[in-house]
Amino acid sequence: MEKKRYTLAVLVDNSSGVLSQVSRLFSRKGYNIESLAVGTTDVPEISRITIEVLAEKEANVVLLCNQLRKLLPVHSVKMLTASHAIRRELVLIKVRAETSEARNEIIQIASVFRANIIDVAPASLTLAVIGEEEKTVAIQNLVEKNGILELVRTGVVALERGAYTIDEDTKEKGEFNYGKNVL
Amino acid sequence: MKETGAKILLDCLLEQGVDTVFGYPGGTILNVYDALYDYRDKITHIRTAHEQGASHAADGYARSTGKVGVCFATSGPGATNLVTGIATAYMDSSPVVFITCNVGKNLIGRDSFQEVDITGITMPITKCNYLVSHADQLADVVREGFAIARSGRPGPVLIDILKNATAEEAEYEYLPRELHHTQGRLAALISRASHDLKAPEPDIADIEKLVELINGAEKPLLICGGGIVRGRADKEFAEFAQRLDAPVAITVMGGGGFNGRNPLTTGMIGMHGSQASNMAVDNCDLLIAFGCRFSDRVALNPATFAQNAKIVQVDIDRSEINKNVQTDHHIVGDAKRVLQLLNERVEQQEHEAWKKYVFSFPTETEYSLAGDTLTPKQISDAVARIAPWDTIVATDVGQHQMWAIQHFHFDYPGQLLTSGGFGSMGFGLGAAIGAKVSHPDKTVLHITGDGSFRMNCHELATVAYYHLPIITIIYDNRTLGMVRQWQTLIYDKRYCETDIAVEPDYVKLAEAYGLSGRRVTTVQDFEDALREALACGHGYVIDCAIDVDEKVRPMVNGGDHITKFLLN
Repeated sequence: MEKKRYTLAVLVDNSSGVLSQVSRLFSRKGYNIESLAVGTTDVPEISRITIEVLAEKEANVVLLCNQLRKLLPVHSVKMLTASHAIRRELVLIKVRAETSEARNEIIQIASVFRANIIDVAPASLTLAVIGEEEKTVAIQNLVEKNGILELVRTGVVALERGAYTIDEDTKEKGEFNYGKNVL
Repeated sequence: MKETGAKILLDCLLEQGVDTVFGYPGGTILNVYDALYDYRDKITHIRTAHEQGASHAADGYARSTGKVGVCFATSGPGATNLVTGIATAYMDSSPVVFITCNVGKNLIGRDSFQEVDITGITMPITKCNYLVSHADQLADVVREGFAIARSGRPGPVLIDILKNATAEEAEYEYLPRELHHTQGRLAALISRASHDLKAPEPDIADIEKLVELINGAEKPLLICGGGIVRGRADKEFAEFAQRLDAPVAITVMGGGGFNGRNPLTTGMIGMHGSQASNMAVDNCDLLIAFGCRFSDRVALNPATFAQNAKIVQVDIDRSEINKNVQTDHHIVGDAKRVLQLLNERVEQQEHEAWKKYVFSFPTETEYSLAGDTLTPKQISDAVARIAPWDTIVATDVGQHQMWAIQHFHFDYPGQLLTSGGFGSMGFGLGAAIGAKVSHPDKTVLHITGDGSFRMNCHELATVAYYHLPIITIIYDNRTLGMVRQWQTLIYDKRYCETDIAVEPDYVKLAEAYGLSGRRVTTVQDFEDALREALACGHGYVIDCAIDVDEKVRPMVNGGDHITKFLLN
């Protein structure tokens, strides 16, 4: 069965051990984390984790969400669907650019993709590109022939479109039955 | 008032109403044991022979009383010896608070003597765990830990305390248990939208939908799972079963949740379930499971499980819904409350034809009683004749466990103590100690096999030291019977490493610990031994010689369809 990519947004306590607790749950249930991004939110005590996994069925991911919600440091969990969420990833690519020809070509590609050149050295250029995979992988493929020296991805971060927030569905009956998660 | 962390810990246990602790002392937990010296009149401490025994004893205490069990251990090996016990409690949703101490703050992270990251190790087998590095956090953490262990779907919690936190002083003020949720961490936790200590009130629309399903069903079947036992919802469940006039299949963990002698019960369900139970699952048109996760030992093949029925799951833990078996309807809530609401709404039903069909199949396996050797059925029949009706039965894991659950009829929650989910051999004697300590007036039987008994038989030392009249009955077939049964049926009789050629003399072993024992080979011998054991007032081991090829029947192979019996 073909696997689909699912994006989960998880709000957690900003304290030690929480990330390992959350990531451990994924491996325990047999999932590999495809992408992971963690950072604090507007509330300093709360961090937001965006996790992407491959799964055969949405129902399996719902079970995973239910398991996540049981963890004490987890405040809320939401599965974000591609059509209702904006997803972005920052990729830094250090490309070999020893000739002026190569330089010009890379600068052109960067401008088409609205990527920024954030470091220039005699033998290399470093690009910063923000977007979804289609975009970041496309630019990666285009500069590959020049020789990629190093590449790093931040992992996908995602937010829902519109005024909806992650807290909505833990407050009312909906996707996840009745309100609070009994301890 | 300022006091040491060790005293704060003990005062917090008193706040919880704890009067019994199981444990084993050691270097890092010495401050706590030193403080315990002054609490001897308030807290009874049972020191086992091994930390694993203490963990099972605290678990057995929790299962038999419904209260939170408490277990102490020191750092390093003391803590890791608890791991099997913690996982056992976790898989069977038993509320136990494990308290370990770790090396001091100045030594942590340096691979110091007896240092181990026990919070890391136990993360996947606890509801939550804590590392407490200072005394001023202690009271708050202990209060939260107990509340979490006990609430919702119960389970184990581990609190690891650095040694310095037990020595240093902090401000402590008594706070009655009813007010714990108003302060500190617990207040912060339940103020969040995500968590609550109280079970959600079932949705009335969901209840009414179930009533509709019930009214439309002609062949309903109920499953009594462990949730009925943990939620002590046996009375409500019995009323519901009578109203519904439906057969009741009981899971291993559900033993005691529904009276085993009730004419509605079809006995055990699943891999070693009765024909009546398994045929009922296959033919019912509505299956309502209470507090049951449809584990692989119950559902076997989730795709064909109850394939002709609408499946309804009632569970307090929403993450169990649809986990193993896809259901048609579910209710998230406390079994007791859901059953109360159902009993108010369900009219008296009648399902004579369906019951007649189900009970045309045996609810209990007919074991042959002939022959020269003692049989498991003869043993349990004799126990039923001689032992008091409310005898608590603690089992280990294997053939004897299945025989005990098939043959004994359990009447109330907490009467059967068995490691259902984790299947820990060696669980029984510890659990029996926990049960006997909490129920000194009840007879406690420890049913075991020779394989399981050898795993924790050193706890006979605890039985002797604390004068606990626990009766151990060994179903002694000189082999690891359940594994051998699989080898016979599935592995072409290649008996690799199952037969136990040289066994200790269990009677002498009992005597070595200052207890008595007898080896028996006939029913008459067994009855005499049991009478003697009941009368003697101290621990007693009855070593019953049974045949090596005695099997647990029926049997369905793992993953097979529930009525595809490998053995009848």
